[in-house]
Amino acid sequence: MKSTRDAFGEALVELGRKNPKVVVVSGDLEDSTRAEYFKKEFPERFFNLGIAEHDMVGTAVGLSRDGLIPFACSFAAFLIGNAYGLIRIAVCYNNSNVKLIGAHSGLTVGEDGATAQCLEDFAGLNVLPNMLILSPADALEARKATFAMAQVCGPAYMRLGRTPCPMITEGDTPFEIGKANIMRDGRDLTIIATGIMVSEALNAAKALEKERISCRVLNMHTIKPVDKEAIIAAAKQTGAIVTAEEHQLNGGLGSIVAEAVCLNHPVPMEMVAVRDAFGESGDAEGLLKKYHLKDLDIIAAAKRVFLRK
Amino acid sequence: MKSTYNEISFKETARQFRKEILEVIFEAGSGHPGGSLSAVEILISLYYYKMRHRPNEPDWSIRDRFIMSKGHASPALYVTLANCGYFPKKELKTFRKLNSRLQGHVYSGVPGVEFSTGSLGQGLSVACGIALGAKIRKADFKTYCLLGDGELQEGANWEAAMNAAQHNLDNLCAIVDRNGVQQNGPVEKIKHEEPLADKWNSFGWQVLEADGHNFGELKNSLDNFGSLKDKPSIIIAHTVKGKGVSYMEGQAKWHGKAPNREELAQALKELGFDYV
Repeated sequence: MKSTRDAFGEALVELGRKNPKVVVVSGDLEDSTRAEYFKKEFPERFFNLGIAEHDMVGTAVGLSRDGLIPFACSFAAFLIGNAYGLIRIAVCYNNSNVKLIGAHSGLTVGEDGATAQCLEDFAGLNVLPNMLILSPADALEARKATFAMAQVCGPAYMRLGRTPCPMITEGDTPFEIGKANIMRDGRDLTIIATGIMVSEALNAAKALEKERISCRVLNMHTIKPVDKEAIIAAAKQTGAIVTAEEHQLNGGLGSIVAEAVCLNHPVPMEMVAVRDAFGESGDAEGLLKKYHLKDLDIIAAAKRVFLRK
Repeated sequence: MKSTYNEISFKETARQFRKEILEVIFEAGSGHPGGSLSAVEILISLYYYKMRHRPNEPDWSIRDRFIMSKGHASPALYVTLANCGYFPKKELKTFRKLNSRLQGHVYSGVPGVEFSTGSLGQGLSVACGIALGAKIRKADFKTYCLLGDGELQEGANWEAAMNAAQHNLDNLCAIVDRNGVQQNGPVEKIKHEEPLADKWNSFGWQVLEADGHNFGELKNSLDNFGSLKDKPSIIIAHTVKGKGVSYMEGQAKWHGKAPNREELAQALKELGFDYV
C-alpha cells in the first residue's frame, strides 16, 4: 500500500536529478502534495508562490516559455477551481508546456470534507482542447505517469490521491499515454475503471467470477485522450460495460466512455460514480462505502448490466 | 531594431498609427478603439525606443519580451508590429476576419506576439513567470507587460504583484495604461483604484509615473526602469481613452465599438488626414 502522492513526490526528485530543466511551483501545499521532496533537494528550482493558485499557474506558464518544464502542484479542487480561466487560455489555448498536479482528488481526501474533495476535475478539464489528463491506478503507475508527463510537450494534468492504496500494477506493466491496460480479461462484460476504482474493479471481478460472470477489467489511466479503441473493442467483444470512478457521474469517465460507446457500438452501460452530490467529512473508507464507490457497488452494477444484455 | 529616440519622428508615427488603428477597426466592423488609441505612445516608446528586438527574427533568444495583457487593444499592437516589419501591412485589413491570423484579441500566431491574451488578469502572472525563468537561466533580457487600469480590478494582478516583489524581479517592467475608463464607465466610479501609486509602492514595486502621451516622460520612466536593483518597476502612464479623436476621448462608449464611415472620416480629419 502506498499513496500516489508519495510516489509522485519521489518521482519528481528523480526527474529533477535527470533533467535540470524541471522546476516546481507550489501553492503552499508542498508538504501535502509531496512536492517538498523536490524542494529539499533542489531549493533553487522550487518556488512556493503562496496561497495563490491563479498566480501559481500563470507563473508556471511564464517559466515554460523558454524550455523549462514546470510542475505546478496544489490540491485539485483549488488548482482547477481558482485557476480555470488561466488553465483554459494561458495553458491550453497557448499550448503551454505546463504540468498541472491535482493532489487530494476524490472523496478519499477524508476528514477535510467537501471543499477539498475534488470530484469535478475530469469533467472540467476534458472540455479543454490540448489538455492531457492522467489518472494513475496506484503508486507505481503514478511514478511512470510523472515521467511520461515530463516527456510530452504541451498541457498535462495528473490527479493524485491522499491515502495509501493497493499496488495493482507491476514494475514492468506498460504505461503508454492513451492506451488502457487490460488488467484481466473476460467475456461477459467489461469494467472500465480509473484511479483507485481499478483495485475495487479487480476485487469485484474476482467475486463475479465465482458467480460465473466473467469480467474484463480495463485500467483507463488516461482520461483524455481516452482509449476509444479499447472501449469499442470491449463493447463489441463483451457486450456490456460498467464504468467506475472517484468522480461525479456527470461528465466523468462514465460519460466519456458512453460517448464512445454510443457513437460507435451501443451496448448497455452502468456507471459507478458520485451521484451529483458534494462529499463530506469522514474516514476515507467510510466515505467510499457511503457514496457507493466500493467493489460491492461495482458488483451490483455489473449484475444489473448483465441482465440488460 | 535601431532604437534612437526621436520625438518628432515618434509623434508623426503616433499620428499615423492612430489612423491605421481606426481603419483596421472600421474595416473589421468591430474592435476596441478607446483602449487601442490610449496605448499608442506607450507601444511606440517600447518598440521604437526601449525594447531590444528583431522583426526579422521574432524568436531571437535574447529579445526583450512583451506581454500585452490588455489583449483587446490588439489593433494597437498589430499596427505597431506591422509597421516594425513583423508581417506585411496589407494583412492588417484581415483583422477579425474568418481564417485571418489577426485574431480579435492578441494572438500568438501573429509574428512578434509572445502570447495570446484576452481574458484580463492573466498577463502579469505570465510575465512574472518569464522574468523568473530569466533569473533562473541567467538570461539577459527584460520583460514588459502592458496592463489596462480596469484590468487591475482582477485580483490575479495583485497575486502577481506580490510574487514579483517577493522574487526581486528587477528585470520586469509593468506599464498601466491609466486611461481611467472601462467598458461601463469611469474606473474610479466602478471600483476605485486610487491611490494607485501608493498601492504598488506598498506592494514593493518601484513606481514611476508619466504622461502616457508624452514621449519625453515615457522615455524617462523607461530609462529609470531597472535603476533600482531587486525591485520590479511599474510605470503608471496617465492616458486618455480614445486619444486623438474628440468624440472618443474619455468615453466608455468607445471601449468596444467600431466607428462607421462618417465617424471614421471625421476622426481621420481631426488627425490631419483626408479620408478617401
